[in-house]
Amino acid sequence: MTTWIVIALAVFIVVLTIVSIMGWLPSMRIVPDDTTFDFMRFRRISFPISAIASIIAIALYFTHGLNFGIDFKGGTLLEIQTKSGPADIADLRTKLGTLGLGDVQLQQFGGPNDVLIRIAEQPGGDAAQQVAVQKVRATLGNDIDYRRVEVVGPRVSSELLAFGVLGLMLAILGILIYLWFRFEWQFALGAMIANIHDIVLTIGFMSIAQIDFDLTSIAALLTILGYSLNDTVVIYDRIRELLRRYKKMPMPELLNQSINSTLSRSIITHVTVTLALFALLLFGGKAIHSFSATMMFGVVLVGTYTSIFIAAPLLIYLGVGTTRDAPEKPSRP
Amino acid sequence: MLYFTRWKALAIIFTAFIVCLCAVPNFFPEKTVKTWPKWAQRHLVLGLDLQGGSHLLLAVDSNAVKKEKLEQVRDDVRRVLRDAKLGYSGLAVRGDTVEVRVKDTDLAAALPKLRELSQPLGGLLGTSGQRTAEVTDAGGGLVRLTIPPAAINDRIRQSVEQSIQIIERRVNELGTVEPLIQRQGLDRILVQVPGLQDPTQLKGIIGKTAKMEFRMVDTSVSPEQIGQGRVPPDSEILQGAEAPKQPYVIKKQVLVSGGDLTDAQPGFDQRSGQPIVSFKFNTSGSRKFAVATTENVKQPFAIVLDNEVISAPVIQEPITGGSGQISGNFTVQQANDLAILLRAGALPAPLTIIEERNVGPGLGQDSIAAGELASYVGSVLVVVFMLLTYRLFGFFANVAVAINVAMIFGILSLLNATLTLPGIAGIVLTVGIAVDSNVLIYERIREELRSGRTPISAIDAGFTRALATIMDSNITTFIAAAVLFYIGTGPVRGFAVTLGIGIITTVFTAFTVTRLIVATWVRWKRPQAVPI
Repeated sequence: MTTWIVIALAVFIVVLTIVSIMGWLPSMRIVPDDTTFDFMRFRRISFPISAIASIIAIALYFTHGLNFGIDFKGGTLLEIQTKSGPADIADLRTKLGTLGLGDVQLQQFGGPNDVLIRIAEQPGGDAAQQVAVQKVRATLGNDIDYRRVEVVGPRVSSELLAFGVLGLMLAILGILIYLWFRFEWQFALGAMIANIHDIVLTIGFMSIAQIDFDLTSIAALLTILGYSLNDTVVIYDRIRELLRRYKKMPMPELLNQSINSTLSRSIITHVTVTLALFALLLFGGKAIHSFSATMMFGVVLVGTYTSIFIAAPLLIYLGVGTTRDAPEKPSRP
Repeated sequence: MLYFTRWKALAIIFTAFIVCLCAVPNFFPEKTVKTWPKWAQRHLVLGLDLQGGSHLLLAVDSNAVKKEKLEQVRDDVRRVLRDAKLGYSGLAVRGDTVEVRVKDTDLAAALPKLRELSQPLGGLLGTSGQRTAEVTDAGGGLVRLTIPPAAINDRIRQSVEQSIQIIERRVNELGTVEPLIQRQGLDRILVQVPGLQDPTQLKGIIGKTAKMEFRMVDTSVSPEQIGQGRVPPDSEILQGAEAPKQPYVIKKQVLVSGGDLTDAQPGFDQRSGQPIVSFKFNTSGSRKFAVATTENVKQPFAIVLDNEVISAPVIQEPITGGSGQISGNFTVQQANDLAILLRAGALPAPLTIIEERNVGPGLGQDSIAAGELASYVGSVLVVVFMLLTYRLFGFFANVAVAINVAMIFGILSLLNATLTLPGIAGIVLTVGIAVDSNVLIYERIREELRSGRTPISAIDAGFTRALATIMDSNITTFIAAAVLFYIGTGPVRGFAVTLGIGIITTVFTAFTVTRLIVATWVRWKRPQAVPI
């Protein structure tokens, strides 16, 4: 069956390739040529929206909280699969409840046989975590396949958290310095504000979706950072180019033209990344599901929006182009 | 931009080809690859999350090391003062120091002797100027020996070094493939054992200190006294290893220790058929054991492992042959493990597992399948989309992306890098992003065409302008990947690796491969219009 699907797909791609090489396909324009949207007008809407969204995200972080995974919180995570028949979660809960391990969470994970067990960090240091796992193993017996067992002690979890936060800050700083060298400081600052906005919104999303916040999430955040900047840099590059070419064009118009002329690229790239992430989200397996979901939100929903509606208009407020020649007044006789 | 000298073109094709070629060993079974020359054997390593296995991070108990070091200094002080026939009192470990009181008249004689205990750190070659102990005269006959942190760290370092060797011996006995055992930081050891079904045995084998001692049982103490915890100062109460943890009173003096063992093998007792471990002593061990057993016939002695009494048999007759057996209600597995532990030797200090990550082989298989499926679906979607959007140029882009991905695998193989599930995600993402460089170039060409340039000049300008942007936009992502590589471990680091390499190959293909393809097409077709 699978072989046939693969063969069918291969044939389809070969045919499509031949058709496109021969030029038998009509030209497809996702974005019409020479768009002239007035993006700058949206900043009166987009800035308040982003400000409110960011405040909500921060509020969520403090009220709803982030679901810290064992990487940062310590504790034990077991992914088990019953060998015979579906797992009886209620029964498992009672059994594990009698062990006195404090907070034990059980959750169906994928199929009816799969259960994810989370055990909070045990008091008593690193060795106590191992004792807890031994107890759980002894209780669950032999009718179970341990697909994944992760135990993170207090020493490692606090280090990982420190490393994660340090890493995020280091990345932001590194990118800031790079942009500062390549562009002017206003661009670096604008990109940075846009960036932090992305991270804040994504963390808000993770809070709502109750996605486990662990090392993988840091990886997702850093990637979002990278790609959102990728978009921003493409637009900034164009802005810089136009700034050199048109010495007298007013800033809003110049920014509009920059965004419009890169719009087609932004959207096409957006689609390809979405397609790739879509494949990861649907077929990449449970292990990276939350990673893909976070990336989908950060790269696809937030990243591109930020580049167009936040990062670019910000330059006006940061004073880019204020030292430029005044636009020529229409000459009157 | 569109002109390539023949040499340059050849160099580009050659480089891309060679790098792609490096990925070839991955497509052959490991057995076949093993027969190839060494330089051709480099291949991808599947991460523990894909092939299943155990990742254990162990920490040497630095408090135990410190305590042991201080006790050792205390014993040295006792020996030195006794040898010098100097009276002393109040010898004890206090915090980070060892204190001893000598008579004022003896102080002048005692101080130089005690100073001899302090050695330069790092042996004769030590250049740090630090010493293993600082001897200070606190006045009133009180002498303090302080162990500086550097000396303790040095000791921890040695402990880790020895532990690594011992763990290697132990893990190799399990017969697993390519375990990785390495130091991490000052006091940590990383153990990664791929393809392990059940980590329990591994943990049992690594986590045990396996300090084995033969000591006498103190029979002068009544059960009531044991209950009250009143035992003579040269004895201590130890628990039995078996389930009803029976207390034993054991003399502190060690007759023979595990360090004197030369061999230990699991076996079965000839009479009872119970699993046992038989052992052999070296010469000095044999002598000590012979003397002890001769002196204590009909007395019980205890086999103590990690401060638990495994068994306490009565000595029936002197054992002079230098070998014996331990029977302690073992299962076959336990006897096996104990033999491994005794052969490999005792750890210099206890190790604690501070991080453990196990992936069963089932989940690993599922992850590989999921990763493959996601890669295929992602690639097909992107390839089809590019063909529909850019037609002929979409085909060019797809060729470039295919070469790009092949090169990623080539470089990963060349580095013997570890491929993890997030790593596969990184490659899928790279496919999505790699076409971005083509999109940037093509959109620029479209723009240049619209502004009225001729096809060739538009293509040329498109490349020139877009390549600068490609560079800038990729470097930011590369910085993020580099940071991630630095802070991440395991699967996350695998993601950083593929992401970072993906960016390098993307920039390379955009600057060379794509440009070469389009340039060749232009030369061949001399197009009047660009079908883009």
